[in-house]
Amino acid sequence: MEKQVILNEKHLELTLKRLSHELIESHLDFSQTVLVGLQPRGIHVVSRLKKVLEQILGQPVLCGNLDITFFRDDFRRRERPLIPSITNLDFSIENKKVVLVDDVLYTGRTIRSGLDALMTFGRPSKVELLVLVDRRFRRDLPIQADYVGKAVDTLISERVSVEWKETEGTDKVVLFTKE
Amino acid sequence: MTNISVDHLTGIKDLTQQDIELIFKTADSFKEVINRPIKKVPSLRDITIANIFFENSTRTRLSFELAEKRLSADVVNFSASGSSVKKGETLVDTVNNILSMKVDMVVMRHASPGAAEFLSKKVNARIINAGDGTHEHPTQALLDAYSIREKLGEVAGKKVVIVGDILHSRVALSNIYCLQKLGAEVMVCGPTTLIPKYIHELGVHVSHNLVEALEWCDVANMLRIQLERQDIKFFPSLREYSMLFGLNKEILNSLSKEIVVMHPGPINRGVEITSDVADSKQSIILQQVENGVAIRMAVIYLLAAKIER
Repeated sequence: MEKQVILNEKHLELTLKRLSHELIESHLDFSQTVLVGLQPRGIHVVSRLKKVLEQILGQPVLCGNLDITFFRDDFRRRERPLIPSITNLDFSIENKKVVLVDDVLYTGRTIRSGLDALMTFGRPSKVELLVLVDRRFRRDLPIQADYVGKAVDTLISERVSVEWKETEGTDKVVLFTKE
Repeated sequence: MTNISVDHLTGIKDLTQQDIELIFKTADSFKEVINRPIKKVPSLRDITIANIFFENSTRTRLSFELAEKRLSADVVNFSASGSSVKKGETLVDTVNNILSMKVDMVVMRHASPGAAEFLSKKVNARIINAGDGTHEHPTQALLDAYSIREKLGEVAGKKVVIVGDILHSRVALSNIYCLQKLGAEVMVCGPTTLIPKYIHELGVHVSHNLVEALEWCDVANMLRIQLERQDIKFFPSLREYSMLFGLNKEILNSLSKEIVVMHPGPINRGVEITSDVADSKQSIILQQVENGVAIRMAVIYLLAAKIER
């Protein structure tokens, strides 16, 4: 059941703009920085950020998608989709600053898998984490984000869903309670 | 959760079209993985796999072992020569002894048709058939069809001719099942003595004329003459066989269209296929070998997902 809209279309746009400016603050011209979106939902955040960043910087920003299915720690432990999504990293991450991007940070287990998956492509000089929504105080692992769109306090019984025009028809972030 | 419908891979005959497509889709991802600087994923850290080979093999065994290691599984190898099989131990006893050392999955090649199926009913482990006599060789058929899909875009509607020793070939039977399930048309071609009498009942075309068969097809899969399985003479001489059914550059160039040439290996250069054909750009023999690792990773991964903890 839909409980609350955390970010509406207008707020989401503002948040993405703020995150872009925060990124530029620490990465300047992005000559040594790449954005890597985690499949399946982080890639939408990346494609939006890319658009905003390129508009501000006036130059292309290197972006890729990373699938973490084979690096998950719950293989054979729960009903999870087995079928991986596409990994698309057409550049070397060796000595680059990598910003991992996902939509919701919850237990931190996806990010842990993402770090392992990322390292199979080389040794980045630095890895940072950007998330659109941070579900605070719900971590299973010691992982925190460097850039946070919106921090929310949630119950385990709740679910946060980020919806996009491209896939769901509207831009918004919603809090659901499980029936 | 969508997963493969079988618990063991004993033959293509038991797979559905959806299973095969799932294996291909998973193999796509593994193909990307094995082209990374670090070609390894940790999915099967807690799985142990035994490769039990009662018959000789280079490619298949190496390919399975690489696939297992790239999934981070623990691997033990066993070959019949130099083992207690020579002392009279039965197949079930041998495998059960290996399994009591906590092995989750068995990859087996055996000279008797049905050995994998038999074992899957007798022992408590997932069985993958790596070739059982003249019966089936499912992972080879999967990688052959996968290579066709990669080269030509899709398998459905394509015409594939399998040339050579159909009678003794497990690759042929598995290929026929696999290609037909994916919607391709299959023809077998070879001397009458090497074509099983009732093979047309599988719904395949039969030809005894190589040029005619090649004119018809999009893909030609050239099989090896399996002299080790032939206890009587099936044709007068290898020289005559290669004159009538060997593929050379002259024949290939005379065809009205460019066909794809495949071979499951090992090649007998100058018998079923000449060197210049095997090394030509129409041949995808080495791509088949590369795809073999990705396909075997996909099969092992999907079957391992069904092992309960």
